[in-house]
Amino acid sequence: MCLGIPGKINSIYESDGLRMGKIDFGGVQREACLDYVPEAEIGDYVVVHVGFAISRLSEEEAQETLSLIREIMDIEEELGPEVENT
Amino acid sequence: MKYISEYRDADLVKKVIADIHSTATRDWVLMEICGGQTHAIVRHGLGQLLPAQIELVHGPGCPVCVTPLELIDKALAIAARPEVIFTSYGDMLRVPGSQRDLFSIRAEGGDVRVVYSPLDAIKIARENPEKQVVFFAIGFETTAPANAMSVVQAASLGLENFSLLVSHVRVPPAMHAILNSPHNRVQGFLAAGHVCAVMGYWEYPPIAQTYKVPIVVTGFEPLDIARGILETVKLLEVDRYEVTNAYSRAVTRAGNQAAQQVIDRVFEPCDRKWRGIGMIPESGWRLRPEYARFDAEQLFDVEAIQAEESPLCIAGEILQGLKKPHHCEAFGNPCTPENPLGATMVSTEGACAAYYRYGRLEHPA
Repeated sequence: MCLGIPGKINSIYESDGLRMGKIDFGGVQREACLDYVPEAEIGDYVVVHVGFAISRLSEEEAQETLSLIREIMDIEEELGPEVENT
Repeated sequence: MKYISEYRDADLVKKVIADIHSTATRDWVLMEICGGQTHAIVRHGLGQLLPAQIELVHGPGCPVCVTPLELIDKALAIAARPEVIFTSYGDMLRVPGSQRDLFSIRAEGGDVRVVYSPLDAIKIARENPEKQVVFFAIGFETTAPANAMSVVQAASLGLENFSLLVSHVRVPPAMHAILNSPHNRVQGFLAAGHVCAVMGYWEYPPIAQTYKVPIVVTGFEPLDIARGILETVKLLEVDRYEVTNAYSRAVTRAGNQAAQQVIDRVFEPCDRKWRGIGMIPESGWRLRPEYARFDAEQLFDVEAIQAEESPLCIAGEILQGLKKPHHCEAFGNPCTPENPLGATMVSTEGACAAYYRYGRLEHPA
């Protein structure tokens, strides 16, 4: 219930006063309510829980996280494996 | 898939795990709050990759598991009524009540339907005006925005045959309860990423400081979890009791304010009993009085049901992080996902179900 999957917004429309959208989850389309992510637009990725988008994923933050980890990896590869004190 | 595959990159995960090995110099006990994280940890075998100094204990963040037995018995009583269509998230159907579960009510002719979203229950109510449609509104802060919106929507559509059986719980009061326990072993928390996506993490710094525990907001993919563990261990190693965010692509400090506003409009805090743990003050949400007409507990006369737990089940100790699933004598025999004694064996977020499904029996105590 708390897992929530990231999906891409394919379309946005109104239904019974709610902002709804068709979300693509790796090829599977599902409808979700977008009322809680008023800033989200077509093409954005959102985390959907029980039919409601609760968070718009930040591409900048995602890239920063990955590059941070890759950076550490590169530094350690350059320095070589840690040598234990004998 | 974008935002998933790159966070399952084995090389990156190994790198972060290696960092955890070189960072940890002492023994640390961390708790992942969320059952979704428990499943990811067990499924990907992350526990086995960690250094021996790091022990992960599994938290109470499984909404199905902590829904009190009395309320499940109430659900069963309501679902058995001929005028009712009872709707629920699928996980709840096999959760054992004192005598039966929702599946057996359905087998006996009750109209019990699985819905993906509370908006599906609204749709059923509109299509069946002659029936009373009850939605079992369980969950943590992650399902609260959806469940709250269903009430707002029912009110605006003028629906008179829709109600909620509410059993909402909140994470921060449970953290207080765990940390206040004399048996507590938890020294740092991986906070549940999607709870924080809704609520933010502004509630956590006082907990971190009062109990001297670092709290790291953590996501659900292997790389997210490894990074959450690394950040927590780094803070523990230098005695820093701070709250940091290792899931910044989905979580901000303030959280989702639109969702918080609707939750606050529909629900108010209340004391709540947690299955296996007991009463935790101010740990739940219930409908505000102005939405009482949507409260199934008030609409249906189901008070004073005597609930009885299986004497064999140790789910309470597992939910508090005091024991692991394989410490239970009933684990695997007779308790299985098909024939569960406790809710932790049922849910896709329950620790017992995770251990059973992914076969991590060899885990040392």
